[in-house]
Amino acid sequence: MDAVLTETAAPPAEWKLPDRGTMGIIFLIVTETALFTIFVVAYLVYIGKSLSGPYPKDVLDLPIVASICLLSSSVTIVFAEHALKRHRIGIFKLWWLATILLGLEFLVSTALEWRKLIYQDHLTISTNLFGTTYYSLVGLHASHVIVGMAFLLLVMIVSLLGFPIHTQERRVKFLSWYWHFVDAVWVIVFSVVYVIGR
Amino acid sequence: MASIDQQLERPPVAEAKFSFSSHLYELISTVDHKRLGLMYIVTALLFLVVAGLMATIIRLQLAFPNGRVVDPDTFNRLFTMHGTTMVFLVGMPFVAGLSNYLVPLMIGARDMAFPRLNAFGFWIFLFGGFLLYFSYIGGSGLSGAGSAPDVGWFAYAPLTSRAFSRGASTDYWILGIFVAGIGSIASALNVIVTTISMRCPGMTLNRMPMFVWVMLIDSWLIIIALPPLSAAQIMLLIDRFLGGNFFNTQSGGSAVLWQHFFWIFGHPEVYILIFPAFAILSEVIPIFSRKPIFGRPAMVGAVASIGFISLGVWAHHMFAVGMTSWSNTFFTASTMLVGIPTGIKIFNWTATMYGGKIRLATPMLFCCAFLFQFLIAGLTGIMLATGPFDWQLHDSYFVVGHFHFTLVAGLVFGLFAGMYYWFPKVSGRLYNEKWGKWHFWLFLIGVELTFVPMHFLGFLGMPRRIYTYAPDRGWNFWNLLATSGLLFQLPATVIFVWNMLWSKFKGERAGDDPWDAWTLEWATTSPPPEYNFESIPEVRSSRPLWDLKNPNDPDWKFE
Repeated sequence: MDAVLTETAAPPAEWKLPDRGTMGIIFLIVTETALFTIFVVAYLVYIGKSLSGPYPKDVLDLPIVASICLLSSSVTIVFAEHALKRHRIGIFKLWWLATILLGLEFLVSTALEWRKLIYQDHLTISTNLFGTTYYSLVGLHASHVIVGMAFLLLVMIVSLLGFPIHTQERRVKFLSWYWHFVDAVWVIVFSVVYVIGR
Repeated sequence: MASIDQQLERPPVAEAKFSFSSHLYELISTVDHKRLGLMYIVTALLFLVVAGLMATIIRLQLAFPNGRVVDPDTFNRLFTMHGTTMVFLVGMPFVAGLSNYLVPLMIGARDMAFPRLNAFGFWIFLFGGFLLYFSYIGGSGLSGAGSAPDVGWFAYAPLTSRAFSRGASTDYWILGIFVAGIGSIASALNVIVTTISMRCPGMTLNRMPMFVWVMLIDSWLIIIALPPLSAAQIMLLIDRFLGGNFFNTQSGGSAVLWQHFFWIFGHPEVYILIFPAFAILSEVIPIFSRKPIFGRPAMVGAVASIGFISLGVWAHHMFAVGMTSWSNTFFTASTMLVGIPTGIKIFNWTATMYGGKIRLATPMLFCCAFLFQFLIAGLTGIMLATGPFDWQLHDSYFVVGHFHFTLVAGLVFGLFAGMYYWFPKVSGRLYNEKWGKWHFWLFLIGVELTFVPMHFLGFLGMPRRIYTYAPDRGWNFWNLLATSGLLFQLPATVIFVWNMLWSKFKGERAGDDPWDAWTLEWATTSPPPEYNFESIPEVRSSRPLWDLKNPNDPDWKFE
């Protein structure tokens, strides 16, 4: 009887807990989500509350190309990851470069959109409530894209310099998770700003 | 062979001469969770003294009608800095410090999951604290004498707009808290990941000490609830520096939205602050009653549901702003719901003591007082949760009395219990029991004298945050009584500090396990070595040290 109890109470021979890096990035994403939620809520609350123009329906165009670019960069980064897993560094670099270019295209088109809004439509962050919430929310997202881009570039540069990037498969994976998160946030921002808010 | 000889010739590290610079270097470069934990706690204690002295000045100003101790502007700055400091620079670092020091030890790990992130969290927090206090010098910019923020700890819009808050003092408030918040989030994330990924073999979630459970849920609340404040502060910065309109009512913005955002953070925050006390009580009461905690699963469930419900009660701070009656009803109901899990906890602690072999050492005394006082604080909370009642007493001294009863008579008592309980582990020496009891009784009398009268002042109509009052209001007696509590609280605090300092150097040697306790931190030496455990322990029940001490009657037979 005792022997049976001892066996059941003994710690399992194989003691495996979730990887701490994985958990770290997951909870980082959770806390970032909480941050974005408040900005999204502020945007939703203030839809249609602007006392003066320009109004979203007059000045906003759907950023279709930029959105397609950003969302497809989530696909290319997965391809890059797969290549890395199979140690095909050349192919990895190609897909990685594609990811960076797609991200860059998104940032450039955001910049052009802002340029148009500021110079043609005279909408700045202080013009009205729409301007305040629009630049804050889109800007917060864009700043996250920029942070992601910095890390993407870092990986690109070190792997071009000959660093054995396949040893960093785990970290590349975390970076891609962050990138997916930024893309997912864009889906929300797109629907809130360009679909619901327009 | 030669290399071994060379190693032997090296002077042992312990005998190296004390030098200030090497000490400082070690302090700045350390990533050890125990050192960082202590640094958090010592910083919190220093800020506690500063904010406590501010409270002293506030009470002296209010002791008599038409007080002349400070002028009104200084008074506004005092209560703003007192509240902000107590919440963000005392409460939060206590959360971080306690969980940093104890969680890895309790789960049988050698360090936190991310030691460097941990160090980053501490230093950025400290920088945030300095930034806030730098406002005393740089508050109005280079042009004039400085001034601290005077917008209250919840900094309601539009008081914080450029028009009403000139100079840079409010910006220091925003940035200081924002930066300290980053540190708190970093530390909370670290605690969560440590708890999930670093437990020693056999330490299933079912066997995890209650302390770790509570701190896990506490950290979860921090990473969910702090970002809303950061977001709101970013919006406020946009308003102040870029001419944004978030909280600018003249452009259609809403001042009430700030209140919503602030309390979406602010109400979970008060649970974030009280949870360490729950965690400490759940360890101290069983040890000093010689019984395992009563209803462990119910306790965990209660903490988890408090953590969940507390995210949906924020607007009970806003009954007076004129929300719809549906909102008022919802937030009244959800707030009352918190009373259920809190009641479960109080009952379980009491049931743990029931029939136990109670040892009334100082930590246990503080726990007992906590039970009574926190019960009162909870009941006044239920009163304030009722919308119509709140309309009568909103922003009165009743509210001040209520939250000081939760945070001082509750949280601070819990923290004192924890500090006495783990002092032998941290320092390797026993504190002086006689002084501990003096501290307890003096502090108890002082707290009751100061905070009970505040409830009556609220009933008599005294609003919070007024800098003085006329003598014919009938508030004189209660105010004087509240201030007289200082005569007990101040000496009690001095005794506490003296006890800690004296015992650190002169106290009796404690040994590894002076309390005959059951959790893993008592299995290693006091103070624990840098690597915590020589070999990573294996755990079979929720009381591993009980199993070790009673091999004939181990817990795992029954769990």
